[in-house]
Amino acid sequence: MITFDSVAYSYGGAELLSEVSLRLAPGSFHFLTGPSGSGKSTFLKLCYAELRPTAGQISIFDRDVRSLGRDDIARTRRRIGIVHQDCQFLDHLPLAANVALPMTVTGRETAAQDVSDLLAWVGLGHLADALPPSLSGGERQRAALARAVIIAPDVILADEPTGNVDWEMSLRLLSLLVELNRMGKTILVATHDLTLIRTVKQQVAARVLRIRNRRIQLAGADL
Amino acid sequence: MTGAHGPARHLADRVVPPSGPIAWLTTLTSAAMAFLAVFALALALASGRLADRWTEGLAKSATIRISAPADQMVRQTQAVLDLLATTPGVASARAMTDEEQRRLLEPWFGPDLPLESLPVPRLIEVTQDRTGYDGEGLRLRLAAEAPGAILDDHTRWRVPLTVAAGRLRILGITSVALIVGAMAAMITLAANAALAANAQVIRVLRLVGARDAFIARAFVRRFTLRALSGAAIGTALGMLAVAALPSADAAGGFLTGLGFQGAGWLWPLVLPPLAAVVAFFTTRIAAFGKLREMM
Repeated sequence: MITFDSVAYSYGGAELLSEVSLRLAPGSFHFLTGPSGSGKSTFLKLCYAELRPTAGQISIFDRDVRSLGRDDIARTRRRIGIVHQDCQFLDHLPLAANVALPMTVTGRETAAQDVSDLLAWVGLGHLADALPPSLSGGERQRAALARAVIIAPDVILADEPTGNVDWEMSLRLLSLLVELNRMGKTILVATHDLTLIRTVKQQVAARVLRIRNRRIQLAGADL
Repeated sequence: MTGAHGPARHLADRVVPPSGPIAWLTTLTSAAMAFLAVFALALALASGRLADRWTEGLAKSATIRISAPADQMVRQTQAVLDLLATTPGVASARAMTDEEQRRLLEPWFGPDLPLESLPVPRLIEVTQDRTGYDGEGLRLRLAAEAPGAILDDHTRWRVPLTVAAGRLRILGITSVALIVGAMAAMITLAANAALAANAQVIRVLRLVGARDAFIARAFVRRFTLRALSGAAIGTALGMLAVAALPSADAAGGFLTGLGFQGAGWLWPLVLPPLAAVVAFFTTRIAAFGKLREMM
C-alpha cells in the first residue's frame, strides 16, 4: 500500500525524519507513537503526499510520489481516508454534507440514508443538520472518521484521533478503527497515548512504530 | 437526517461559502461597467452612422456658387444649368429659390433679410448619379461658360468631418474594449481575493480528494453568474438611459442622434453574455494560478 525507502524529510534546514524505511501492508494495523513534535504528523503528511520527501522514495499504491501530478495526488487521496488532528470541516455546510464531501468532489451521489447510517455508526445520527462549529471536540473527531470512511478507502490515516475526547470515547473511536481493520482496511493511527495502544492491542494484532531521534523503529516490549 | 445535503451537483455549488462583500462588489462593478459600455457602444454606433451619412450624403451633392453683377446673374445661371444638363454624371441640377437662400442665411442675418437688395450669390444644387462627374473638367467648362461660377464639391470640409467621425467611432470601440479589460482585471482581483479568503475551504477540499478543476469550477460558476447578473442590470439601465435621450430629428445634431437605431438596439444585448464569458475565463485563469501557488 504505502512504502518508505530510506526517506528523509527536512524543513528550513532542520531534518525532521531520517532514514525511514517501512511498508504498510494491506490489511495491517499500525500505531505510530512518539513525543509531541517528534514528527508523527509529518510522517502522516508524507503518507498522503501533502509533503514530499527530501531524500529517499515513497510509493503510494505502487506509484512513486515524485511522479504524481496534482490530479494524481487528488485521485490518490480518494483511496486514503484522513482523520486530521484538528478535524477541518466546511463550517458553512451541515454535518451530513461535510461527511458526504469526499463523494461530492468525485461527482458521486450519496443516498441520504447512507450518510444517516454512517453518522449513526459514529453516534452522531441526531446531528446531521448541525453545523461543525457547534460540535464538541469528540463529535468532530467522530465526524472526521465518518467522512474518512464514506468513500470506502483502502487506507485510513488518523492523526491523534482521540486527542480531544475522554477515555470512553477514545476506546469507542479506536473500536471503530478496529472494526474497519477487520473489514480489510489498512490503518495507521498516530497517538502518544500508550495506555490506549496497550488496550487496543488486546483486540487487534497491531504493530507499534516509535519515532526516536528522527528515525522510525518498531517498539519493543517496553511499550 | 433530513436528506438536506441533496444531489452532489447542487452541493458542489455550495462548497464555497457565500462571500458577501466580494459578491456584491463584483455584481455592482459589472453593472457599472455594462452601463458605461452601453454608452460607449452608442457613441461608436452613432459615430459610424454620422461618418456614413457625411460620406454618402455629401459625396453625392455639390454646390455651384455664381457671383456676378445683377444684370448678368440670370444669364450666367441659365448658362450653368444648360452646361450641367449636358454634363455626364450629373443626375440633376437646380437653382435655389430666393426663399430657400433666405432660409439658409436666416440663422446668421435674421428672418427679414432684404435678399433682393444685396449682392448675394446664386446657389445651384447639383446631384450626381452613380458614375459621378469629372470635377476638374466641370471647373474648366464653368470658367469658360460662366466666369463667376465656382464649383464646391464639399471635399474641403467633408474629409475632416468624416475623419473626425471615424475617430469617434474608434474611440467608442476602444472604450468598450477598455471597459471589458477593466472588468477582466476587476474580476481577477475579486477571484484572487475570494480564493485567498477561502484557503481553509480549499485545504479541506484537497484533503478529501478534490481536483483543482472541481475547486476552480465552484469559483468560476459563482463569478460568472455574478458578472452575468450585474451586466444584465447595468445593460438594462444603460439602455433605458439611452432611450431617454432626446430623439434625433431633422434639426438635431450629433448629440441628439446618440441613441441606438433599429437593429442597433440589439448590440447592447451582447454585453451580459460578453461579461459572463470574460468572467468565466478570467476567474478560471486566476483560480488555477492561485491553486498552483497554494500547493
